[in-house]
Amino acid sequence: MIKSLIRIPALLGDHMMFRMIAIVAGMALALGGSAEAQTPRKGGTIRMTAPYGSSFTSLDIHTTPRSQDEIYAKALHRSLYIWDSELGKPVLELAKEHVVSGGGFVHTFKLRDDAYFHNGRKMTADDIIWSYNRIMDGTKAYPGARYVRIIEGAAAVEKGQAKEISGLKKIDDFTVEMKLTEKVDPGFYFFTALTSIYPADEAVKDSFIQHPVGLGPFKFVEHVPGSRIVMERWDRFYKPGKPYADKVIVSVMGEAAARDVAFRNKEIDTSVLGPAQYVAYQADPNLKGTIAEVAEVFTRYMGMNPAFKPFADKRVRQAINYAIDADLIINKLVKGKAYRATSWLPLTSSAYDKTMKPYPYDPAKAKQLLAEAGYPSGFEFEWTTSQNESWGLPIVSAVIPMLDKVGIKAKVKQVEVAVLAEVVRTGDYQAFIYSQQTGPDPQAALKCFHSSTPPSACNYTNFKNAEFDKIMDDAGQADDDARRTELLKQANALLYEEAPVWFFNYNKAVMAVQPWLHGVQLNATEMTHQNVEDLWVDETSPAK
Amino acid sequence: MPMLSFLVRRLLQTIPTVLAVVLLVFVLFSVVPGSIASSMSDDVDPQVELRLKQQLGLNDPVYTRFGNYIAKLAVGDFGTSFRTREPVTSMIAKRAWPTLELIVTAMAFSVLLGVPLGFIAALRPGGIVDTLAMVVAVSGLSIAKFWLGLVLMYAFALKLGWLPSFGYGDGGLNYLLLPAVTLGVSPMALFARTTRAAVLEIMTADFVRTARSKGMNETRVVKWHVMRNALVIILTTVGLQFGGLMGQAVVVEKLFSWPGIGSLLVDSVLQRDIPAVQGSILVVVLAFLAINLLIDLLYGVIDPRIRYG
Repeated sequence: MIKSLIRIPALLGDHMMFRMIAIVAGMALALGGSAEAQTPRKGGTIRMTAPYGSSFTSLDIHTTPRSQDEIYAKALHRSLYIWDSELGKPVLELAKEHVVSGGGFVHTFKLRDDAYFHNGRKMTADDIIWSYNRIMDGTKAYPGARYVRIIEGAAAVEKGQAKEISGLKKIDDFTVEMKLTEKVDPGFYFFTALTSIYPADEAVKDSFIQHPVGLGPFKFVEHVPGSRIVMERWDRFYKPGKPYADKVIVSVMGEAAARDVAFRNKEIDTSVLGPAQYVAYQADPNLKGTIAEVAEVFTRYMGMNPAFKPFADKRVRQAINYAIDADLIINKLVKGKAYRATSWLPLTSSAYDKTMKPYPYDPAKAKQLLAEAGYPSGFEFEWTTSQNESWGLPIVSAVIPMLDKVGIKAKVKQVEVAVLAEVVRTGDYQAFIYSQQTGPDPQAALKCFHSSTPPSACNYTNFKNAEFDKIMDDAGQADDDARRTELLKQANALLYEEAPVWFFNYNKAVMAVQPWLHGVQLNATEMTHQNVEDLWVDETSPAK
Repeated sequence: MPMLSFLVRRLLQTIPTVLAVVLLVFVLFSVVPGSIASSMSDDVDPQVELRLKQQLGLNDPVYTRFGNYIAKLAVGDFGTSFRTREPVTSMIAKRAWPTLELIVTAMAFSVLLGVPLGFIAALRPGGIVDTLAMVVAVSGLSIAKFWLGLVLMYAFALKLGWLPSFGYGDGGLNYLLLPAVTLGVSPMALFARTTRAAVLEIMTADFVRTARSKGMNETRVVKWHVMRNALVIILTTVGLQFGGLMGQAVVVEKLFSWPGIGSLLVDSVLQRDIPAVQGSILVVVLAFLAINLLIDLLYGVIDPRIRYG
């Protein structure tokens, strides 16, 4: 199972406060107030799991955009910013101060002078500049280039026209000036592990890929490919008293059933739950208290290709939204492990409109719209899907009879997830079902539907609407947060009306957390990405 | 000398086999949709994707890529992994020992249990032992490995608490047992059935009847005539099963988070890491060929009537 893995950057000026709403339904004792009130215990081992199928891709985190890899990277590396789950926004991590000048384009960072790499050397401005220049090496195609490209002159380095990013300037050892090409909040661009800061001297060595050195709270000890990564506490970590644990082990465990046994057997401290396990854990009095859940910034939907004649008509797309009983599917098939989608932006988005209601299940209305569009007897289309249990074949199989009731016949075309990703980007489909990241920044998420965004980027349904473009352009120019949010709500409402997709659900990430593990953060960008220095285990943990 | 010429001939025969496998895998992964870029993310930056494909040579014509691959292979270079950007040989080297441990233990378990079970069953055909042995054998062949692995985890880790349910740990036997037994049950059942059938057939052979008529006691008949002749058939099954186990290890390694070549192969296929797929399959094929060659050589040791022509 591959989740959406790339972080969407903000495209706006000042970022908006990312409000966390409607998040916690059942919280583990481990996350409860009583546990948090305890004094964190020093020592012990945290045993996390990396649940997304495959082995870790690489120990060079610059090369891999997978969620799976960022799980260990959060312990080993640090970026200029870090995601604060409580505030719901990126905050400064490797800098103490951030000053904006030059009409919002120039950002001056006063770096920490107490951040040490795991080789004992102090981080300086040179490391920041070296790391960003490395990421822009066009011959290596580092995925983090999409973020660093926002710095002036970075694109020239990527194209091989310059050796260094002109928009990055070292003022002194602990001050860096960054000139951006757009008025945006750099936090959204520089908080993921893809833009981790490496030690310039160490990272050029061949040995780095086998023994990575970072700035994180834990240093690398061992990697058993396909099985685990072991890290131990870095005593010179810059946050006083942290990390708490002595050791972190991240085990690769793609099989949900195996994870379930290991969790019940107290061999692991965290496990991600699928729909079936979610129900089982809720029903089990011994496990119910271990459940932690959060509305993640992923929207599941069926995309419709406007080049396929019936889908070019808005009424047909709306009819499909009316024809499907999404609530029934979420309750019965997804076992309640999702929130009903109203439009594109998820519940945790600052521009989510709580007053908006989802399309009701109304087959009669669907039939009427189809007849008005010239399809009184319906039509047939090919629906490309993966096998994913939450947004793949099982869902498609449940929807087909519902569509059949209004005369629409769907033929299934099943492909692997990796193939689906390619199908979606090349537009080689009539309809597809997918999960797409729709946050944390609402402007970036909605920008995917701007006509200037190509299908190969994230405008997968090749949506073009002049009114939508204008709203989005206005939002981009707005200096006032409230005004911008209002415009984004309008854009989101317009998407609801235009229905380029069938709005299915927003992902509810569910993690089981052992009662002895404390400090787990409800990270809406990806639940498994924990700031490990805040985690601690009490004395009841069976791990040494 | 005949053995040496047999060995050389067999080694030469492996070359077209290996080349055919290399070509087949290459062609397969050239035509299947999806690429490393699309498997890395569902939201990859188009510019990065373009550069990645250029860097990895994915935009080159197929024949150019194949030519480059063969040229590297000729000097023992399996290429560089698309995913990890490590040499494939180094990736395989890290995974080879855990896979070998797993397969050898599974094979030992299956032979040590399956062969005696088959023997005992054949000595009293139709009896209770025979019936029970064959029920076990048929069940062992029918049970899905994934399901069996979960049942063993549940019983021996969760309920009894004797063994860890997953992982490689420090490489100790306690971590190895559950995956090895999961992997070994099916060949164990096959060995039991094969041994039973072979022994039953040999027991009625002319030379056994002759031995008995000469007054040789039953223990000696079984030991010197039946067992020795059955061993050739068992050995052939071992050779074939070795290759089968390497394939089946894929499921077991994934289930138990075992860091072997099987899980490397699955991950590489899913992420379209073509050099790693090619390298892993090649290693499996070479191991299979080597084991079968070794078994061919052992035939002559076990049964002097077999000559290397």
